[in-house]
Amino acid sequence: MDPVASTARTAPTELLEINLGPQHPSTHGVFRMMVTLDGETIVKLKPVFGYLHRNHEQIGEGSTYIASFPFTDRLDYFNAMSNNFGLALAIEKLGGVAASERGEFLRVIMVELTRLVNHVAVTGFLLNDMGAFGTPLLYAFREREKILDLFEACSGSRMMCNYVRPGGVREDVPEEWLAGARAIVDDFPRFLDEFEKLLTENEIIQQRTKQVGILPKTLAINASVTGPMLRASGVNYDIRKVDGYSIYPRFQFKVPLGTVGDVYDRYYVRILEMRESVKILQQALKGVPGGPAISPKGLALVKAPRTFRPPKGEAYGRIEAPKGELGFYLVSDGTPQPYRYHIRAPSFVNLTILEDMCLGQKVADAVIILGSVDIVLGEVDR
Amino acid sequence: MVGTGVLKGMLVTLREFIGTYPSGRVLLRLLRQPVGSGLCTIQYPDQKQQHAERFRYFPFLVYDEAPDNLRCVACKICEQECPPQCIHILGPAKDEQGRPLKVHGRPYPVEFDIDTSVCMSCRICVDVCPFDAIEMDNQYELSSTDRFGAMTFDKAKLLKSAEYFRKIKPSESAVVDQRLAAKKAKAQSTPASATPPPTPPAP
Repeated sequence: MDPVASTARTAPTELLEINLGPQHPSTHGVFRMMVTLDGETIVKLKPVFGYLHRNHEQIGEGSTYIASFPFTDRLDYFNAMSNNFGLALAIEKLGGVAASERGEFLRVIMVELTRLVNHVAVTGFLLNDMGAFGTPLLYAFREREKILDLFEACSGSRMMCNYVRPGGVREDVPEEWLAGARAIVDDFPRFLDEFEKLLTENEIIQQRTKQVGILPKTLAINASVTGPMLRASGVNYDIRKVDGYSIYPRFQFKVPLGTVGDVYDRYYVRILEMRESVKILQQALKGVPGGPAISPKGLALVKAPRTFRPPKGEAYGRIEAPKGELGFYLVSDGTPQPYRYHIRAPSFVNLTILEDMCLGQKVADAVIILGSVDIVLGEVDR
Repeated sequence: MVGTGVLKGMLVTLREFIGTYPSGRVLLRLLRQPVGSGLCTIQYPDQKQQHAERFRYFPFLVYDEAPDNLRCVACKICEQECPPQCIHILGPAKDEQGRPLKVHGRPYPVEFDIDTSVCMSCRICVDVCPFDAIEMDNQYELSSTDRFGAMTFDKAKLLKSAEYFRKIKPSESAVVDQRLAAKKAKAQSTPASATPPPTPPAP
């Protein structure tokens, strides 16, 4: 027998424990994975987070309901509009604030635009994690930039929008805004086709992502995973359909589902979701009615936050945020400040399943599995 | 065939590459290929991007005509509602006997500071101000080497004219001017005796 081969087989081996992060570009922020490796295979993975904790819930309990809005922008800083919308829905339920018709349409338009922003960005970052440095990410960011310009035109800020309010939106969109949005939305499928031509059929990407990080259907449900990740595992659960909040029941759209639940499915479900979002946007932009952008009660709330004293009770407002179910739980004790303010962050819950997806995979796959979960640490740690 | 997907992707990148040149864009149009939007990098300090009218940065205080005629009456609502608590107001101004001092018939703040290292440009102060006295500025080149002093904007630095506000935000200021004019007309139509003059507190 070859002496070298026999020593390699009989030589004592040990498990190796390494830290990925907290300062590591692949972890999308300050997130740490303590990985135990057998060779290159992961045998144990312990996620460590909390490095970006900013006491958001406690701050929210010490300030008025309206004063929490700018802080929600900073939860998932890619999707400020949808975070605002979640809190606005919870406050509407708590205080019995009705929304104006135009406000509802504008909010749905903003949230669906946010979904496009999030999904192009996460796909770009995922490709970056796989080693396709720059190109797909920059193509994605070019499209994102156009939508962020729209956000700046209506809310005054590209990312920290602070725009959606209970009862509608803070101020009406400027003239010509809807026409501009229509042009960008109508042009978006062209970009999606190009993006798909670049990525979907690419053999290298398929080799790298298919059968990697499989999340079985039952495990996904048991871990209360939501959003594109759950749908990639083949579970038909979309809160826009299930809950029918706001004016979503009026729009025709499908819920794209994956079959295997691997990284490739998670990528592809997001691409398909963007196509559905474009459909919703086209329907919504066609039907925006006139009238005030915010209901009178909502306007009073914006102008004088301290006069808003919701009755004692609790409310849970949830939306289908781009990352999953984003829920805001509010308990009122009749004062202008919430007694309890809790956020069900989709990134945080989706991240809990990371170890189960990574076990038995190679260490390089852990990076793309994390990338496909789509986390933002601002939301995980709050 | 294995590899066609990669080749198709490379054609996309090639098209994007050609599209970065003006002559390449002409070529793409001739070949009836989709031409991108042609967004390009801006040479920042020399060229500046045109911002939307609503683009907001830090707030400023509005005055009419002269800097002492500021709209702020030191009601402290913005100080109270500011989410990160970055506004500090001292006032309203009083004389030695404790009687409120007035300029142009209005009380005014002695000090008005905004700590811009804390301010998160959320615009809530503008939303809650009943007097339209505070508005959002769009100046963003404010970096300084002083971490504390220069980052706290005092009253002198915050005061900007209503003309300036009209210049940077024409449509927003039009709405505000309309509202203020309506308020003024209403105040003049009601007799002055309806509101008794404030009595000075007993010494």
